[in-house]
Amino acid sequence: MKKPTIAISWNSSCGGCDESIIDIEERILDIAQKVEFVFWPCAMDFKYSDIKNLPDADIAVSLINGAIQNSDQERTVKLLREKSKIIVAFGSCACFGGIPSLANLTTSAKIFVQSFFKSPTVHNEEDIVPLSECTEGHYSLTLPEIHKTVSTLDMVIEVDYYLPGCPPTAKMVAGVIERILDGDLPEKGNVLAPEKVLCASCNRNATKPDNIKINEIKRIHEVIADPELCFLAQGILCLGPATRDGCDYPCIKGNMPCTGCMGPVTGADQGAKMIGTLGGILCAENEKETESLLSSLVDPAGAFYRYSTGASLLGRKREEG
Amino acid sequence: MSPDFKPRIIAFLCNWCSYEGADRAGGQKLPYSATVKLIRVMCSGRVDPQFIFDAFRKGADGVMVLGCHPGDCHYRNGNMNAMRRMVLIKKMLKTFGIHPDRVKLDWVAASESRRFQQVVNDMADRILKLGPLSLKGCVKEVVEL
Ligand code: SF4
Ligand code: SF4
Ligand code: FES
Repeated sequence: MKKPTIAISWNSSCGGCDESIIDIEERILDIAQKVEFVFWPCAMDFKYSDIKNLPDADIAVSLINGAIQNSDQERTVKLLREKSKIIVAFGSCACFGGIPSLANLTTSAKIFVQSFFKSPTVHNEEDIVPLSECTEGHYSLTLPEIHKTVSTLDMVIEVDYYLPGCPPTAKMVAGVIERILDGDLPEKGNVLAPEKVLCASCNRNATKPDNIKINEIKRIHEVIADPELCFLAQGILCLGPATRDGCDYPCIKGNMPCTGCMGPVTGADQGAKMIGTLGGILCAENEKETESLLSSLVDPAGAFYRYSTGASLLGRKREEG
Repeated sequence: MSPDFKPRIIAFLCNWCSYEGADRAGGQKLPYSATVKLIRVMCSGRVDPQFIFDAFRKGADGVMVLGCHPGDCHYRNGNMNAMRRMVLIKKMLKTFGIHPDRVKLDWVAASESRRFQQVVNDMADRILKLGPLSLKGCVKEVVEL
């Protein structure tokens, strides 16, 4: 019998998601015996045409990581959608835009200026900017066009399952691949992780007072954190209340607060939920006090939407006051 | 701004004070801007910031939260939670390039029908000046350089 085929693809991402698949260690060998890889640009040499030549819906599952930010990524994921039975948005960039979607808080034109002219590591005497098309002798050369807005995968193609995490832990990855091979999958559209927030299973939950009150927002690098007390109770920003459970809280165990990499639970907007939490625990009785308490929170969007700007209800930055 | 811009403003009113105030304004036939649509909630503290973002997402040009005056909240400190959240919301809106005046928190007591009329009409004027918001969100467009 023909082995089920699997494709792994990346878009705007750091490579960590591909790495997390390799991180499942010897289990990947078991898996490699059961499946056949037909596409994995990060690890093996396949071409776009290899996929194009397949019949429709031939690939059992495509694990797609990264946000969508240019025309080439869009073309590849659309092709994978045609050729795959199941599409998994793999990792928080594919699910919610991830770190690359922080670009939605500025403009692509500004990013170009920064990257090609202003960045201190750039030396561009001839003012060369990449064009999407140019002619060199007899050849017409093309480059992908960059999108104005960084999108989540499901804004571009239909997604069947979501596996969040930055990156998803090896345990989550191995679990999901096994579930897919066993055909043990929930209804389409589901997130393959628990539908509750991190605080629910965090080992510091027991030390969280019923009524947290904080009169200072401390940044983790400015303090020596207590290794047992709930971070929020210490006045250290922790995104546990606005973040999905399922990672086994490695950060908390390492005495670092959660920065929210699993993204929000279904239907929630991570930034809005974190505003809700923080608004309830600050010791401030009027706007002035609140503002001064929040002065150390210099970048609320970067702090609350670090991994989910692309999915924010507020959309992308526009120009207004 | 197009001359036929009709703002869409959503106002969340706490059941115990502000909604009573609005009701009284109605009883007294005090006219107020028809651009403001009222939604009754139990307390201003019940207004999850997501309700506000969602309203913008679904086409609101402005969102108000009206509650009991400080010290008068029927759940003791719901209105203070609303106040602190509103400061954060304004900060967040700014980073997305949305004018912070598109949200407004204010206090209206059950007896203050005229105050209700005033704050609502002021908001309607402000939003009329700011123009439509139309959050399109993440529609991808190709950059022309
Ligand atoms: S706020 Fe952070 S440290 Fe506290 S219980 Fe939640 S996840 Fe754990
Ligand atoms: S604790 Fe938070 S930041 Fe750390 S892995 Fe879990 S979800 Fe991600
Ligand atoms: S009951 Fe009116 S604001 Fe809380």
